[in-house]
Amino acid sequence: MTQTQKLVNHGDDVVDEMLTGVLAAHSTHLWRPDGAPRAVVARHGPRPGKVALVIGGGSGHEPTFLGFVGKGLADACAVGNVFASPPPQPAVDAALAAHGGAGVLFMYGNYAGDVMNFDMAAELLEIEGVEARTVVTTDDIASSPLREKRRGVAGNVFIFKAAGAAADLMLPLDEVERVARHANARTFTMGVALSSCSLPQTRRPGFELPVGEMEIGMGIHGEPGVRRGPLRSADAVVDEIMDALLAEMQAHPGDKVAVLVNSLGATPLMELYILHARVVQRLTTAGIGVHVALVGPYCTSLDMAGASITLMHLDDELTRLIDHPCDCALFRQG
Amino acid sequence: MAFDTDDLRALFHAFAARMQAERDYLCQLDGAVGDADHGIAMAQGMAAAAGAADDTHGTLQDLCNAAAKGFLNAVGASSGPLYATGILRAGKALGAVAEVPTDQVLQIIVALRDGIVHRGKAVPGQKTMLDAWHPAAEAVLQGLPLADIIRAGREGAQSTTNMIATLGRSERLGARSLGHVDPGAVSAAMLIEALGAAIDQCKA
Repeated sequence: MTQTQKLVNHGDDVVDEMLTGVLAAHSTHLWRPDGAPRAVVARHGPRPGKVALVIGGGSGHEPTFLGFVGKGLADACAVGNVFASPPPQPAVDAALAAHGGAGVLFMYGNYAGDVMNFDMAAELLEIEGVEARTVVTTDDIASSPLREKRRGVAGNVFIFKAAGAAADLMLPLDEVERVARHANARTFTMGVALSSCSLPQTRRPGFELPVGEMEIGMGIHGEPGVRRGPLRSADAVVDEIMDALLAEMQAHPGDKVAVLVNSLGATPLMELYILHARVVQRLTTAGIGVHVALVGPYCTSLDMAGASITLMHLDDELTRLIDHPCDCALFRQG
Repeated sequence: MAFDTDDLRALFHAFAARMQAERDYLCQLDGAVGDADHGIAMAQGMAAAAGAADDTHGTLQDLCNAAAKGFLNAVGASSGPLYATGILRAGKALGAVAEVPTDQVLQIIVALRDGIVHRGKAVPGQKTMLDAWHPAAEAVLQGLPLADIIRAGREGAQSTTNMIATLGRSERLGARSLGHVDPGAVSAAMLIEALGAAIDQCKA
C-alpha cells in the first residue's frame, strides 16, 4: 500500500513540533507552564474566584481542542498524542496552572481512554486539594441510540463555548457544570466521510473507502459509521443528516438554533457553503431560525474528506452564553 | 532459577521490541474496528516502560512502578491507564525484592489481568484485551504448563473474532464488529508469548 504524502519531519514528533509552532504563532493568547510540555494555558481568562474550564483530548482535530483556549472559553487544554487521550499528568498540569480557587471543570469527548485518564487526573487533583468535576460531550447522534454512550465530536465548539461563557461570568462550579450538561443535552451532530484519514506515524489510510462511496455517521477518528453507500449529491446528504438531526432535536416552529457546518479536514469551504445553503433551506422550511452559523474547519480528522453538521437547540440561557464574547487563538466572537 | 531486576529490564525490552515489530499490523487490525492507532500506542508505551525500567535502580516493584508511569505518560489513550494499572499490580505481585523464583514470574499475567479489570471494568466476552489476558491468567492459576498458558492467550485473542463488542471504542459498531479480531486482545497475546519466551530463556 502506498504511503500518504505529508509535510512532517518524523511521525513520532508531530504533536510536539505542532505545539512549538502554535505557541510561536499565538504567544499573545497561549503559554505553556515550565515542565508541562503537553499543557496549554490561556494568557487572559484564568483569574481568582473563577471556575477553570479545562478541555482536552487527542491531537489531529485542530483547531479542536487547543484553538478554543482563551478568555471567555477554555482556560487550559491537555494535549494528547494523535487520536489518543492525553495521560493524566497534562490534565493535572493544565488544571493547576489555570485554577482560581473555585474548582475545575474537565470537559472532553466521551471516549473510554479520555474518561480513564481524566478520572485519574481528577483523583490526583483531589490529593492537591483542588475540586475537579467532569462533563463529557455526547453530541454524535450516529454513534449510539443511547445519549450517554455517544461520542463527542464537532458540537464540542458550542458546548465548550456555553460552559466557558458561564465560567467567564463568574458562575460557581455547580452552575457551570449544570450549564455544560444542559448545553450538551441540546447539541446534535452527524457527519459523513468521503475518504479515510492517515496517521502521521504510519502514513497509511486507517480504513478503505472505495471511490464512489461515502460513509454516513463516521466518527472523527475514522470509526466506522452507521451506513456505507454510494456518494450522493450535497443536498441529498444534507437531507439525510438533517432528517436525523431534526428527529432527535424535536424543535418547534419559532425555535432558534446555532449551526456548525464543519470540515473533517480535506473538504474545502466551497463544499461546506453548498451544504450550509441546504441546511438553512431545511431549517427555514421547518420554521426554525438560525441565530448564529459557523462554517469551516472546527473539528477535523487529520486529512479526512467529509463534513459534519451540528445543531444546538437554543433557549434564552444558551443564546446569551453563545453570544458572550470570547478571544481564543483560533476562535473569536463578539 | 531466579528472575532478577536485569531479567525484568530485559522483559520490558522484549515487550517493546515485539510491539515495535507488530506496530503497523496492529494499526491495520485497529483500522477495521477503531481508529487505527493501537500499534502506535503499544509500541510507544512499551518503549517508554523499558526506558523507565533502565533508568531505575531498586527492587522489582520499583522497576515496575517506574515502567507503569513511563507507559502512562508516553501514551495516555485507553491502553495507558489499563497497562499502567496492570504493571503496578505486577510490581506488587513480584514484591519489593531484588529477585523472585522464576516460576513466580507467571504471576505477572494474573496481576495484569486483575489490574486491567480494575481500571477498565471489563468482563470476559466483551471483545477486549481481557479476552486474551483472562484465559491466560486462569491457565496460570490452574498451574498449567507454559505452552498451554500461551495457547490460552492466543486462542482467547482469536475468539474475539466471533464476539460483538460491548465495551471500548468498537462497542458503537455493534454487530458490525463481528468477523474482526480485537487488536487489544491480539497485542495482549503477543505480550504473553514474549513473557513465555523470557521465562524459557531464564530457565535455560
